[in-house]
This record gives sequence, C-alpha cells and structure tokens, in this order.
Amino acid sequence: MEIVTPKLGLIFWQLVIFLLVLFLLAKFAWKPILVALRDREDSIDNALRMAEQAKLEMQNLKAGNEKLLADARHERDQMLKEGQNIANQLVEKAKTDATEEANRIAQQARESIQQEKNQALAEVRNTAAQLSVDIAERLLRRELADPAAQQKLVDEYLKDVKLN
Amino acid sequence: MKRLLTLLFCLCTFAGFAAEPTEGGEKEEAFNPGEMILHHIGDSHEWHWFSTDNNEFTSYLPIIAYRPGKGLSVFSSKHLIKGAEETENPAATAKTTEESEGPVYEGLRLHHEELVATDGSPVYDFSITKNIAALLGSSLLMLVLFRYIASNYAKNQGRAPKGIQSFFEPIIVFIRDEIAKKSIGPKYERYMPYLLTLFFFVWFNNLLGLTPGAANLTGNVNITFTLAIITLAVTLFSSNKNYWGHIFNTPGVPKLLLPIMIPVEVIGIFVKPFSLMVRLFANITAGHIVILSFISLIFIFRSPAVAPVSLAFGLFINVLELLVAILQAYIFTLLTAMYIGGAVEEHHHDEEHSLDLRTGHADSVIPSPTAH
Repeated sequence: MEIVTPKLGLIFWQLVIFLLVLFLLAKFAWKPILVALRDREDSIDNALRMAEQAKLEMQNLKAGNEKLLADARHERDQMLKEGQNIANQLVEKAKTDATEEANRIAQQARESIQQEKNQALAEVRNTAAQLSVDIAERLLRRELADPAAQQKLVDEYLKDVKLN
Repeated sequence: MKRLLTLLFCLCTFAGFAAEPTEGGEKEEAFNPGEMILHHIGDSHEWHWFSTDNNEFTSYLPIIAYRPGKGLSVFSSKHLIKGAEETENPAATAKTTEESEGPVYEGLRLHHEELVATDGSPVYDFSITKNIAALLGSSLLMLVLFRYIASNYAKNQGRAPKGIQSFFEPIIVFIRDEIAKKSIGPKYERYMPYLLTLFFFVWFNNLLGLTPGAANLTGNVNITFTLAIITLAVTLFSSNKNYWGHIFNTPGVPKLLLPIMIPVEVIGIFVKPFSLMVRLFANITAGHIVILSFISLIFIFRSPAVAPVSLAFGLFINVLELLVAILQAYIFTLLTAMYIGGAVEEHHHDEEHSLDLRTGHADSVIPSPTAH
C-alpha cells in the first residue's frame, strides 16, 4: 500500500515544477512553434492558391493568344482572297481592253482598206474614161481617112485595151 | 522560485561510493521479490544508481522538512541513510536508537522511506526525493529541447523543418490536428500549450522511467494525481453554462430521474480525472512490476538456466512498455482534450438539429441522453 499513499512533498513539487514548465514552455517554446507552423501552413496555402490563379491566368492568356492567332489567320485568308479577286479583275479588264483595242484597230484597218479601194476604183474609172475618150478621139480622127483602115485601127486599139 | 530550485538542485550531492554495511557473517538473506520490486518502483530519499560487491553508488538528495514550531530543516539525506555516515560522523550514528531504524539527524529519521520525527510530532516532507530529482531533470530536458526546437523554427522560418525539429513536428501537428482540433473544436488554441506539455511530459517521463537506474515518475500515484487535478482544474475553469446544464438539467431526461442523474453526473466530474490518474499510474507500475518479476525469477529459482527465459520475457515486456509509454501519453492527452472539449462545447444539440434539418437526416435528431 506504500505505492498508493499520497505524499504531500511529491504533489507539491510536481505541481510547482509542472506549472513552471508549462508556463515556460508555453511562453518560450509552444507559442513560437505553433505560430511558425501556422504561418508556414498559411504561406503554403497562399502559394498553392496563387499557383492555381496563375494557371488560370495562363489558360486565359493562351485562349486569348489562340483567338488572336485565329483572327490573324482569318484576316490573312481574307486578304489573299481579296488580292486574288483584284488580280482576276485586273486580268479581266486587261483582256477586255485588249479586245476592244484590237477590234478598234481592225475596224480602222477595214475602214482604210475601204477608202483605198474606193480611191482605186475611182482612179480606174477615171482611167477607163480617159482611155475611152482617147480611143474615141483617135477613131474619129481615122474615120476621116479610110474606113477600112479605121476598122483595122479600132481592132488594134481594142486589142491594146484588152492587153491593158 | 527558480533560484531556490537551482539552489536545491545544487544541494543534491553525488557522493560517489560509500562503504556497504558489512552484514554479519555470510548469513544468507532470504530474497524477497515483493520488497525488492516495491523498492524499485517506489520513491526514495537517495538516488541509488547501482552497487558492486563492496560499494554502492548513490547520490544523496537534499532533505527538506517542515515541522510546525521548529521551522524548516534542510540537510543532505546522507545523514539519514544507514551506513553512509559511519566513517565521517560517528556522532550521528551514535544516536541510532534501534538497529532496524536509520540514523537520526536533527530529530528526524527515515522509517520505510518516510520521514518521521523522533518525538512523534508531525513532519511535512518537502524533500527533493529521487522522483523529484528525476522530475527536475526531465523538466530541464524538455525546456532545453523545446526551446532549441523553437529557435530552429525562428531560424528556418517558412522553410522545411530540419533535424530534430522534423522529428517533433509531426507529433506536435498530430496533437494539434487529431487531438485538440477534433476533441475541443474551434477554441482549441487556448489549450494547446497544456496538451503539448502534458503529452511530452508523460511520454518523456514514461521513457525515462524505463531506463535503468532512473526514477519511476509516471508510475507514482502522486504525480498522476497532480496531473489529473490540473486537468480537472482546467476543465472546471473553462466550463460554460452548457456544461453545467448537462450536469444539473440533463436534456432529454424526465424530471423524475433528476435526483438520480444529478449525483451520477456530479460523481462523473471527479471520476473522469480519477480514471486518468489510475490509468497512467497502473499501466506504468504494472509494466515495471512485470519486468522486475521476470528478473526476480532468476533469483527465486536460484538458477542461471532461468535467465534466458526471464531475459526474453523481460525484453519483450520492455519493448511493449516503449509502446505503452507513447500510448499512455496519447490516451492521457486525448482524454484531457475530450474532457475540456465537453466543458467548452456550445449548444451542441441546437446545432445538431439545425444541421439535421438542413441535410434532411431526420433519424439522427433524437438527442443523446448524456453528453458523454
């Protein structure tokens, strides 16, 4: 029964020393340790949250970039199409212009040919008339001398004319 | 107070070896295992480290006795131990009245490790006994160790723990998250210093008690009694209206039963710390007794052949005691946290009801008859 008899001295010293240890540890050990632990946990928590936020921002940024890229691509396509259209139009216009010019030149040529032809015809007509007049003149002159010779002359002249 | 403690600590002198009292002839003293075991788990006024054939290696601790009327007497326990003084102070031994009793000094002598006055007047023994010396030692160890760990936290602020700091950090975090937060709730922070000190005090002293030659501190009922009293005081001082409401007007209990319920609940207040006291004391004492009993078998059978069996069982129990050391520290701390948690709980049932209404669990709305 000795081990369960209360001893005043033990209880007294245990109370004093334990409370002293509790006070000293609470003040100089547990407080800084618990504060440091909580601070570190908070900082880790914050870091994680910030990383999450950064990830989200990054995603937003990436999405923005992609949109920008798609826009740029679209614009490029449009510009290319427009360029093609303009080129086509230019070619078409050049073609029509050229045709018109060719037609105009041909028309001009035709007109000048017609003119030349008319001129030539007029000249021929004039020459024929002159010749006829000449022949007639000579005939008239010969008839006066000899009718047989006249006939012969006419024939001759006619031959000449044919030759011409 | 601190200066006084250091002064007292200086008083306990390591006296080295003193001549063993030569027993008359080769008379074989019958081996009494019960006495040996009780001596080992009990407290004493000197710190007996070990003995060789001729010498005993003992530290004599200071005796501090208060006697009403005579005041305080402080002297080394060397004067009261039989045989310790024989060569130095023959005058003291001359006063020895009986052979079985120790020497008398300043009117005091030790009777079965108990300080008594020769004239029968009451003596209040505030001696630095073996247990108190061990208590001072372990307290100093805790102060130095945790102050060092705290300084480590200041040094690597915001960085991963290093060295001994990383060994204790998971334990501290476990006590905070698994014991304090879960058992006490949102007000846990106020009680963290007490719970941490309690846990490490019990654990360290359990382990130190297992080392050879050390004092059996946590296996001493006075120590566990004091711890339980502090827990009771903390519980009562932090109790709120809700706690007392549960004791004097337990919700959900018919009024007719109250004359029975109130005494039961009031006894419950004291039974809780009492169970704490007995649990720790009995566990640690039992472990020591079992180990010592196995060792005693060798001497009871007087045969070295028993030694391997005794040692094997002794070793097994010793390793088991290492587990019990931390387990009992955990249980003591957890139960303390639960008792405090019960005292600071706020409107437990109202919260439960509203919670149940919100989640729609109608079956769990039935109030529990008692809080614990």
